[in-house]
Amino acid sequence: MHQDNPPLTRAAQVAAAADRQEIRNRWFLASPALFIIFFAAIGPLFIVLVFSFLTPADYGGVVWKPSGQAWFQVLFEKDIFDDTTTFADAHLSILWRSVKLSFFTTLIALAFGFPTAYFISTRPEKSRDIWLFLITIPFWTNLLIRTFAVQEVIRNEGIFNTVLMKLGIISSPIQIMFTDVAIMLGMLYVYLPLMVLPLYASMEKLDFRLVEAGYDLYANRFQVLRRVIIPLVKPGIIAGSILVFIPSLGAYVTPRVLGGGKNMMLGNLIELQFGQGRNWPLGAALSITLMAIVMIALMIYVRSAGRSEVRHG
Amino acid sequence: MGRAGSGERRSAIEAIGVSKVFGNGDDAVRALDNVDVTIRENEFFTLLGPSGCGKTTLLRLIAGFDFPTEGEIRLYGEDIAPLPPFKRPVNTVFQNYALFPHMTVAQNIGFGLEMLGKPKVEIDARISEMLKLVRMEELRNRRTSQISGGQQQRVALARALAPRPKVLLLDEPLSALDFKLRKDMQIELKRLQHETGITFIFVTHDQEEALTMSDRIAVMSKGHILQIGSPRDIYDRPAERFVANFIGDTNFLEGQVKEVRGSKARITLDAGAEVEAGISEGANPQGNVTIVVRPEHAAIQARPGADALKGTLENIVYFGTDTHFHVKLASGPHFIVRQQNRHGAGEEFKTGMPVGVEIGQNAAQVLKD
Amino acid sequence: MASTFSVKRQTGFGTIALLCFVLLYVPIATLVVYSFNAGPSIAIWEGFSWRWYIAAWNNQQIVETSIRSFVIASIAAVVATTAATMAALATTRTRPYRGLNFIYGFINQPLMVPEIVTGIALLIFFALVKIWTGYTGLGYLIVAHTAFCIPFAYLPIRARLENMDLTLERAAADLYATPWMTFRKVTLPLLWPGIIAGLMLAFVVSLDDVVITELVKSGGQDTLPTYMLGQLRRVVTPEINAISSVFLLISIVIVTLFFFLNRKQT
Repeated sequence: MHQDNPPLTRAAQVAAAADRQEIRNRWFLASPALFIIFFAAIGPLFIVLVFSFLTPADYGGVVWKPSGQAWFQVLFEKDIFDDTTTFADAHLSILWRSVKLSFFTTLIALAFGFPTAYFISTRPEKSRDIWLFLITIPFWTNLLIRTFAVQEVIRNEGIFNTVLMKLGIISSPIQIMFTDVAIMLGMLYVYLPLMVLPLYASMEKLDFRLVEAGYDLYANRFQVLRRVIIPLVKPGIIAGSILVFIPSLGAYVTPRVLGGGKNMMLGNLIELQFGQGRNWPLGAALSITLMAIVMIALMIYVRSAGRSEVRHG
Repeated sequence: MGRAGSGERRSAIEAIGVSKVFGNGDDAVRALDNVDVTIRENEFFTLLGPSGCGKTTLLRLIAGFDFPTEGEIRLYGEDIAPLPPFKRPVNTVFQNYALFPHMTVAQNIGFGLEMLGKPKVEIDARISEMLKLVRMEELRNRRTSQISGGQQQRVALARALAPRPKVLLLDEPLSALDFKLRKDMQIELKRLQHETGITFIFVTHDQEEALTMSDRIAVMSKGHILQIGSPRDIYDRPAERFVANFIGDTNFLEGQVKEVRGSKARITLDAGAEVEAGISEGANPQGNVTIVVRPEHAAIQARPGADALKGTLENIVYFGTDTHFHVKLASGPHFIVRQQNRHGAGEEFKTGMPVGVEIGQNAAQVLKD
Repeated sequence: MASTFSVKRQTGFGTIALLCFVLLYVPIATLVVYSFNAGPSIAIWEGFSWRWYIAAWNNQQIVETSIRSFVIASIAAVVATTAATMAALATTRTRPYRGLNFIYGFINQPLMVPEIVTGIALLIFFALVKIWTGYTGLGYLIVAHTAFCIPFAYLPIRARLENMDLTLERAAADLYATPWMTFRKVTLPLLWPGIIAGLMLAFVVSLDDVVITELVKSGGQDTLPTYMLGQLRRVVTPEINAISSVFLLISIVIVTLFFFLNRKQT
């Protein structure tokens, strides 16, 4: 069925012009934000990419000469004496520690966060906000201060060890500071609200008539949890896990304060290249590597979130 | 016809060949298709139809919230279709009232005049006048969130009337009110229209509301106007099956045109009898036709007369004020007769008994389609 | 025992949740308590005193870095909120147009990239800019803070706009208000709570930043958090606890205000 478009009425012309003007206005309104973010967030990332392919200068900075050396150094190292190539153990162990600690932090955060979010979402409507508020408060306080607070608890002279010694459970303090466990505890403490909040958001929408239906059909509490509740709040579980995993992976302050100089994570290794290491291209290449891992995690999230939306939609 | 002479009045709004298409390509939806309608000065005009029929779209085109894809919209002869809403002397009462929550009742009412740049003294006087008109003087300085739904409705009306619009548009303004309040507001709206002498264009899906309040009604379906007429025209003389069905209960009967005389036709019904039926303007019935008969325009007889339709009484439904008799006609179709309950009347009827249905004088109307 | 069966109960969840809340607040509480320690240790309690608050107040560096933090946070929050408000107006209540998703992605980008990476990127970029322009002032920190504050300011403003009834603006236009008057008289007054919320979030986020500031700052441009980070390497006295407690108090006050502002809306 073909229909010729009639000539536009004056009203339609005016409308079309107003429409174009509207879109121009919108771009104009968005432009300051776009410009600032381009100037001070996105644009510089391209420079990082460029720098990762340059030659390091002796005292920091770069020599403008293309080189693949930095990318080579991310994974490998050349022996100074016999020129043999081996894996860069130091880098690999830091990379591995970052992934490992982030993973376990996420897992433990989920183990604590899930019951907590569930607890909040089953409170009476009025008190729910207060509980939520209690979760949010630490999140909005300074990350450094919270890390410092953790440090005060777990140090050898901190209240954790003091209490245990007073109770006679241990005779000498347990060394937690400057270990992987310390880093993990710190990240857990710092990022836990990021797990609870999205979990709560999806639990709040949970229709408890479905839970009732589960019980009605002979499921016990555990079966209801596993077969009804968890599948329904899966988007929240995925979102919370991603929100904990990604900042853990890029953590800098927490490992620096609690892990000390030896137990570095990727963020500290990157920073080192711009400080004492004075190898900017390597730092740039490591940054891109970190970003790539984050992007992969985000992509997995977007895909699985999309899938579960289709399923529940 | 009680409305004789109304044609002398000037036209306030004219829609000429108006179409509105939303979206484009394969997703395009034609919300209005080549609509022509003339709304006269000072009349209470209602656009009636189910949701999605295009009535609200037409109202929005008149208000200026959308532009017609084709056609013109004229206000007292001038094409206003290209004008943005703030340049049209037309005001709207919104379905959810859309009162500004950060302003008082008085500030809401004065908003239009303030935007028109009227002097403060004049605005204040007009606000008082409007508050008096809608009987809300004592709530002048209340916040709009502190007043009831019915009061919000009045403020919305006062706000839209304050700038003395040439035409007032009302988009299902009563739908959010409860039954009792709705009845009161129907009367109130009629009074306001009468007192202000402003042309009202009222959109509703409620047929009863339309019948009680309107001078004229346009029945819409799927982007078309099917029939325009007085409430009585629309109810008693529906031109199309949709109109007959949408407004009130209706019986449809098939028949053959025997002869046409002026605005009447004699129809031989398939059910056996012969009736005289009205013809809608511009229709030219021939051959097989459908006629409509309202349930209350027929009578049920325990002993069928000679020219009654014969059938069996299938069901009696008691409604308090009246009773519905469901009759299965001998020729096949079902027919419903509504009879008012007078003391003792209708008690002789039992389901299953043979009955007759008599169609009253001027009760039947031939449909166009 | 005849107790009613609760559909919502899950065994042990309440215990874990309460433990969670306790664990969240024990470190903070400890920190605050020791800020009032009369002795020089953050482990051995020697009685109550305001000593360390007074010490912090008299510490020139703390005062100086605090002022710098507030200056940066104030400017960054105001600029970011202005830009975010405009961006929110540009991206809400519209049918999709070409580039809309692009704008969303752009504005949320600072939330996606790890802070350390953004910090490094800015470190490199600003190093180049410093060479070209010779400027070494606070501007770099302010610009950097503004950029990562924008998405935080954008969130509540956008939410507020999306919940706003579009017919209110239509009603204004119907009552002869030009688009500009509609914005001034209707949209903006209704948007204020969102803008204030955005401003407060941006302010807190800027005030809290450590990583990007640590990497971008030139010599002598320490903010309070980066100064504290430096102090943590040395022997820590309750002075740090005292500053932290004040900081904590400020954050809590702002977040509480934000919380009640949001609550009033709904």
